[in-house]
Amino acid sequence: MRKLSTRRRHPIAGLLVIAFALVLAGALYSVVAPEPATAESASASEIEAGRELFLVGCASCHGLNAQGIETKAEHDGKPGNYGPSLIGVGAAAVGFQMETGRMPMAKTAPQVPVKSPNYSQEEIDQIAAYIASLAPGPSRPSDEYLDWESVDKEGVSAGGEFFRTNCTACHNSTGQGGALPDGRYAPSLVGVEPIHIYEAMLTGPQQMPVFSEEVLTPEEKLQVIAYIKQVQNQPTHGGVGGGGLGPVVDGMFVWIIGIGGLIGFAVWIGMHGTRVKKQ
Amino acid sequence: MATDTYTRIEDSAAGQKLAGPVGWLDDRLGLAAAGKKNLRKVFPEHWSFMLGEIALWSFVVLLLTGVFLTLWFVPSMAEVTYRGSYAPLYGIDMSEAYATTLNISFEVRGGLLIRQIHHWAAAMFIAAMFAHMLRVYFTGAYRKPREINWLIGVGLLGLGTIAGFSGYSLPDDLLSGTGLRFVNGLVRSIPLVGSYIEFFVFGGEFPGTMIIPRLYMAHILLIPAILLGLIGAHMLLLVYHKHTQWPGPGRTNDNVVGYPMLPVYMAKAGGFFFVVFGFLALMGALIQINPVWVYGPYNPAEVTAGSQPDWYMGWVEGAVRVMPALESTFFNRTWTWSVFMPGVLLMGVLFTALGLWPFIERWITGDDREHHLLERPRNAPVRTALGAAAISVYLVFLIGGGNDIIAIKFGMSLNAITWFVRIGIIVVPIIVFMVTKRICIALQRKDNADLTHGYETGVIDRSPSGGYAERHAPLPDGDQFALTSARERLPQLESEKPAATDEGGVRNPKFRKQSLRHKAREFYFDGSVDKPTSHEMDHAAEHLEGAGEHPVTQGEDFKGISHWGVPGDHEDH
Repeated sequence: MRKLSTRRRHPIAGLLVIAFALVLAGALYSVVAPEPATAESASASEIEAGRELFLVGCASCHGLNAQGIETKAEHDGKPGNYGPSLIGVGAAAVGFQMETGRMPMAKTAPQVPVKSPNYSQEEIDQIAAYIASLAPGPSRPSDEYLDWESVDKEGVSAGGEFFRTNCTACHNSTGQGGALPDGRYAPSLVGVEPIHIYEAMLTGPQQMPVFSEEVLTPEEKLQVIAYIKQVQNQPTHGGVGGGGLGPVVDGMFVWIIGIGGLIGFAVWIGMHGTRVKKQ
Repeated sequence: MATDTYTRIEDSAAGQKLAGPVGWLDDRLGLAAAGKKNLRKVFPEHWSFMLGEIALWSFVVLLLTGVFLTLWFVPSMAEVTYRGSYAPLYGIDMSEAYATTLNISFEVRGGLLIRQIHHWAAAMFIAAMFAHMLRVYFTGAYRKPREINWLIGVGLLGLGTIAGFSGYSLPDDLLSGTGLRFVNGLVRSIPLVGSYIEFFVFGGEFPGTMIIPRLYMAHILLIPAILLGLIGAHMLLLVYHKHTQWPGPGRTNDNVVGYPMLPVYMAKAGGFFFVVFGFLALMGALIQINPVWVYGPYNPAEVTAGSQPDWYMGWVEGAVRVMPALESTFFNRTWTWSVFMPGVLLMGVLFTALGLWPFIERWITGDDREHHLLERPRNAPVRTALGAAAISVYLVFLIGGGNDIIAIKFGMSLNAITWFVRIGIIVVPIIVFMVTKRICIALQRKDNADLTHGYETGVIDRSPSGGYAERHAPLPDGDQFALTSARERLPQLESEKPAATDEGGVRNPKFRKQSLRHKAREFYFDGSVDKPTSHEMDHAAEHLEGAGEHPVTQGEDFKGISHWGVPGDHEDH
C-alpha cells in the first residue's frame, strides 16, 4: 500500500485513474444500459446475398447503396423522397415492412397497405442483414420479448395504461384502427403478429411515432402487446359486438333492428283487428 | 259472433263475488263514472299510430331497468383502485363511478344484461320519438287543435336527448368522458358567458369532482320527473282531442272510427308493451352496446379513435367536425364560431324551427279549422318536401359525425368525406326538396287520374280496327271518398294578390306584410294539384259507366285487377 501511495503523484497516475474510471463506467453502462433486444451477427455471405436481392428488388427506389433517392419536387422546403434512405433503419424496419407485405410497395398511395409478403423468410432475413450491416440500427426483438402470454395481470393493465395514453387516439381502444387525414389511416391491430407490433413501435413506420428502447423498454413493449392481445382475444361480453366501432354501429342497430323490427310488429298488430278479420 | 250465450257480468258467479269489493272501491274512488267514459274511449287503428307507443314502452323499460342500476351504481368521482374481475384493468386507478359500472357489468348477477337493456331502450326511446314525430309531421297531425301537444312533443324530444346524454356520461369511462368534454366545449363556446356557465355546471375546471353526482341527480330524478309529467300531459291531451284518423268510408272530422279502450286497446297496447320489452331484452341479451371496459377509465389526457356520441347527437358531432375553423377576438374575448355555430346555434335552430312550424304553416295557409283527419303526405307537397329535406340535412350531418368510421371501413379519404358534407349540406337538401315535391305532385296527379279516368284493370281490348286499349274501371266508392274527403281545395292565389294602393290611390299600410305572406303562400301551394271538382267527378262517372261490360264474356270469375295492382280474384282472400 505504501508503494502505491508514494506513487500517487507520478505523472502517469492521473492518466491511469482516468483510464480505469472510463473502463469501469463503460462496463457499468454495458450492464445497466437498456440493451437492444438482440444483435444477431450475420455472416458475410448472408449480407452479400441480401445485397444481391436488394439490388434487384429495392434499389430502383431506395438507391444502389440504400441511400435513398430524392425527388426534385419539394415538400415544405425539403426535397421529397422517391424512396427514403435505409441507412441506419436496422433489421427491425426491414422485418416489419417486408413481412407484412408493405414492401415492396404495389403502387404509390397515401399509405402503403398490408398485403401478403412477396419474399420468403430466408430472403427477408438476408435483406435485413444487409441493411443492418450498413449502419447500426434497431435490430429484431428476441423471442423473450414477444411471449405476451407470460405477462402478469399488473403488467397487462400497465400496458393498457400506456396503450390508452399513446396509441388509442389513432388505433382505437381495441386496436380496430382509425382514420387519419388525406386517405391515411392507423391500421387495424387485429391479428397482427407480436413481432410486428413490437417492430412498429421500435421503428415508427409511416405516420407512427417511434418508441425507442430508451423511451419504452422491451419489457414495457411486451406489456403493450399483451394488453392488445388480451383485449382482442377476450370474449365480447354482452353479445355480438359492433366490431369495436362504437356508437355509430349501435345507432344503426337501433334503427334497423329496433325500429324496423317493432314497426313490423306494429303492422302485424294493426292488421289483426276484429274488423280486419276475414269474413 | 255468437251472442246467444252472453251472460251479464253481474249475473255471473265471478261478478256476484266481486260485487262487494268493487262496490266498496267505487263508493270511495268513484271509478265507475270515470271508467265508464274512458274505458269506452275509441281509438282508430293504424300501424303508424303505434310509433309513439314504442317510445312510451321504451320509457317504461328505462324506468324499470334504471331502478335496478341505481341499486349498484355509485355516482362518485372519488379515486379507487380497481380490484375486480376484469383482468386487463386490474390495479388501475379510476373513479368510483367507473369501478361500480364495471362491477355491474362483471360481478352483479344480470347486471350487464340490465345495463345493455337500459342502453338499448334509451337509444330506442329517442329513435321511436323521432319516428313518431316524423309520422305526425308528414300527416299534418299537429294542425289545430294539436299545436300544444306538438310543442310538448318537441319538449319531450329535447329532454329525451338530455336524458340520454346524461346517462351516457355517468359511467365515467374514456368514451363518456370524451363526450362530456365535447359538451364542455359547446358550453364554453357560448359567447361572453360560456366560461362562467362551465364553472357553474362543472363546479370549476373540467372535469372537476362534481359533474358525475350532478348529472346523476339530473338523470335519475330531475329529467325523468319532467319527462313523466310531460308524457302525462301528452297523453291527456291525446285523450282530450281524440286520436286523429285516416280518411275513409264513415270517417269524418267529427267522429273516430275504431275500437274501444277496453278490451281491444287494453289488449293491443298491453301486448305491444310486452313485444317492446321482449325486443329490448333480446337486443340487450344478444347485441353488445357500450362495452365500457374496453375504453378504460376517463383521463383527460387520453382519447380513442372512433369516439362518437350516441346516434341522436351524431348530427351535432358531424356539424362540428365539418365546420371550417373560424375564431375571432372581440373585446378581449375569444369567440369560437367554429364550435358555437354548428353546436349550440344549430341545435337551437332545430328545436326553434320544430316548435314554430305549426304556427308558421298556419300563418301561411290561414287555416283556422280543426283537423281530425290526417292528410296524406302527397297532398301537402311543400310540407312533405321540407320534411324530407330536413331529414337529408340530418343524414348528411350524420355522415360527417361518422366520417372516421366511414373512411376506415370503406377505404375513403377523411378529407373527401368532410368536403362532401360541407357541400352536400347545402346541395343535397335542395335536390331532395325538389325531387320530393315533384314526386308528391305526380302522385296527386295519379290520384286525380284514377278518380276521373278510373283505374287500370289490366284488361286489354282489341278494337275491330286492330288497335289495343286498356280498359279502366271506376274506383270503389269508399276509395273515392278516402281520396277526396280530407283533401283541401287550393286557394285562388291570383285573386288574392295584395295591391300597394287601393283603387283610390291610398297606400295600403299592410302591403309589405301581405305581400310577404302572399309570396309564402305561392311557395307553399306551388305546383299542387287541386282535387277534381264535383262536375269533373260527375263527368267521370258518366264516362266510366258501363266500363265493366264487354261484348266478349270473360268468365264468371274474372275480375280484372284491383286499383292496388292485385288481381281482382285475389282481393277477397
